Amino acid sequence: IRRSCKCKFLLSSVQGNVYLVVSFVNRIKDNAGMLSNFEVLDFLSESQQKSQGKRPNGRGQNLATVTYETTEYLSKTPAAVQNPTCIENFLKAIAPFNLTKAEKLQLVNLRPMSQVELQLIIEEIDERFSDNKIEEILGIVSSELPPSSPPNDENPVGSDHQ
Amino acid sequence: MFVLAELEYIIRVEPRRFGKDMKREVRDELNRKFANKVLHSVGLCIALYDITRVGDSYILPGDGASHTKVRFRVVVFRPFVDEILVGKIRSCSSEGVRVSLGFFDDVFIPHQSLQHPKRFDQEEQLWVWQYESEGEPHDMFMDLEEEVRFRVVQETFVDTIPKDGQTSS
Repeated sequence: IRRSCKCKFLLSSVQGNVYLVVSFVNRIKDNAGMLSNFEVLDFLSESQQKSQGKRPNGRGQNLATVTYETTEYLSKTPAAVQNPTCIENFLKAIAPFNLTKAEKLQLVNLRPMSQVELQLIIEEIDERFSDNKIEEILGIVSSELPPSSPPNDENPVGSDHQ
Repeated sequence: MFVLAELEYIIRVEPRRFGKDMKREVRDELNRKFANKVLHSVGLCIALYDITRVGDSYILPGDGASHTKVRFRVVVFRPFVDEILVGKIRSCSSEGVRVSLGFFDDVFIPHQSLQHPKRFDQEEQLWVWQYESEGEPHDMFMDLEEEVRFRVVQETFVDTIPKDGQTSS
């Protein structure tokens, strides 16, 4: 049976390895909602736990690889110490500032600690907020979202004590 | 960084898998097909998030396997333009810097987009940020494996559909 087909190609992002799969994929919605790093980390960790008990599936290598690499990356970001409560509290506290969804998402994902970092995330920050407001935003970020590593102490990193 | 994409796909379940748990078969097959693969105009598929709808299964003439239309959502890595991301420097060349996020390696910063003033150190094959502080220039080397923050400016999907070959008569 010959029939003309509309094909989409799938290409792996792993450098050096290219996996080509011809398939018929229908894209219903390219963006059905944004996910925070925490939501993704939580979801992947949960599915990793669920599949740990089961027998290893030889053909599930791609899923295992990308899940592992993604959780490795995310566990080194602020998402690793977040929970739904603190994110909810943060969003409530930051609501009066009328930030865009993208700005709020990045504040949660990146947990900026300085004005420089904040300037990257919030567009035209000097036009929209006074210095006091900027300090306030940083304050809310630092108080509602937990820090990812212990706060810096006096000792500089990398000093050798004989 | 991540979005949910809703897709629809026809799952092919082989006869030897009939009788096994349908949900698990569908889930495994979808993960097999999509995990760690880049879907054009969608992004890098990480893992199946949930299944929205499972249609009726059909058996087509000439093939003993059943074909089921499934609608589902996938966790996809797709940063939006202007998003700030953190990655590690993978390699430097005179063209620019290659950055990796571990699960995704194809981030490229062309040298024009690097901070000014800068120079490319031929000996070390590294880019250097010539930071000026109090009138004195300091060389900040962009070493490999160092973390960098970058802003997404553009996304490119490479279309790899093979071109039509000459058909021999």
